[in-house]
Amino acid sequence: MSDLYDVVIIGSGPAGLAAGLYAARAKMKTLVLEKSKVGGQISTTNEVANYPGSILNATGPSLIARMVEQVEEFGAERAKDHVVEVDFSGKIKIIKGEKGEYQAKAVIIASGATPKRIGCPGEEELTGKGVSYCATCDADFFTDLEVFVVGGGDSAVEEAMYLTKFARKVTIVHRREELRAAKSIQEKAFKNPKVDFIWNSTIEEIKGDGVVESVVFKNLKTGKITEYYADEEDGTFGIFPFVGYQPLSDVYSGKIHMDKAGYIITDDDMKTNVEGVFAAGDIRVKSLRQVVTAVSDGAIAAVQAEKYIEHHFGE
Amino acid sequence: MLSVDKDTFQVEVLEAEGYVLVDYWSDGCEPCKALLPDVEALAEKYEGRVKFCKLNTTQARRLAISQKVLGLPTIALYKDGQKIDEVTKDGASRVNIDAMLQKYV
Repeated sequence: MSDLYDVVIIGSGPAGLAAGLYAARAKMKTLVLEKSKVGGQISTTNEVANYPGSILNATGPSLIARMVEQVEEFGAERAKDHVVEVDFSGKIKIIKGEKGEYQAKAVIIASGATPKRIGCPGEEELTGKGVSYCATCDADFFTDLEVFVVGGGDSAVEEAMYLTKFARKVTIVHRREELRAAKSIQEKAFKNPKVDFIWNSTIEEIKGDGVVESVVFKNLKTGKITEYYADEEDGTFGIFPFVGYQPLSDVYSGKIHMDKAGYIITDDDMKTNVEGVFAAGDIRVKSLRQVVTAVSDGAIAAVQAEKYIEHHFGE
Repeated sequence: MLSVDKDTFQVEVLEAEGYVLVDYWSDGCEPCKALLPDVEALAEKYEGRVKFCKLNTTQARRLAISQKVLGLPTIALYKDGQKIDEVTKDGASRVNIDAMLQKYV
């Protein structure tokens, strides 16, 4: 069992890092846990244009690197571990990871979200074989090949624009008649000669032997089914679904109030229904999931955690 | 861990005897970089039983595609030059890589 921490923060995306920064700066004994990549979802984003105050040409990794520097400057500890169980029933909270067990007076849940799947046959089997949810990871495999991007929101259109730097052609497949993305990004997409659109359609099935070889589209208006085959010279093409996110909250199931989709319910002070447990970032029920709202949540949660500790553990 | 490239892959992996694990990664792949320390720890654990290699696919795209690798991270296990198993993307975790190796080694 670890030492007793004032705050243990689960997740080191922007919400967790901001919370870590504020908690450590308030001289609380702070630990930030991370199961895989520091920075969370934003670490796989190439360009970050709309984070207020970021330096010119900010990327996801560069923004996160700066946050990590600040967290370490103020003395928060960081550890790589995957949380598999939590016990929030006592005054001292217990967090069990694959590698160790941690005790804390207060916990900030900043576990974030993960990309949603399309949910069609062949998608899982061909993940990593043409189907990818990470454009920055896999764009260069598709240099001079074709790719399809599924979705109509900011992520889909932004990642499609990133893919045009590599692919010969990028086709955005959206189930509606118009995109939901911010107008300025939509304009860029419409102007780009490499970008094409398939409207009112979804992907019914992804097929291929070892790699993606064909994809089946369904037009939702007409009901028409069409199958698109990889160009013979190419042999394959890419499919990048950007159709939303789902919260990484399975481990908190039954321990904390969540909505039907699994997002954690909090008040304006990031408090959950359990005393001493707070949530920050994409995992919360909220209207806007961005780095800027995640860091705000993290800061509020850390300050609230400090107030809670003063009140309940009498400093 | 041995770094291989498109010139040394044939000899070090496809013409090798016994078990060879290849960690496919690239410059732009953040999840791959996050996974590397875990793979290095497994390299120590399986020292003498499995040869651990890593391939930066940024300069070896055709080679990766010829090995049916189109997504990163991919951790593939070869025996006597033939690919016998692999884990990729979210499935490429320390726990899963270890489990994959335990099946054969």
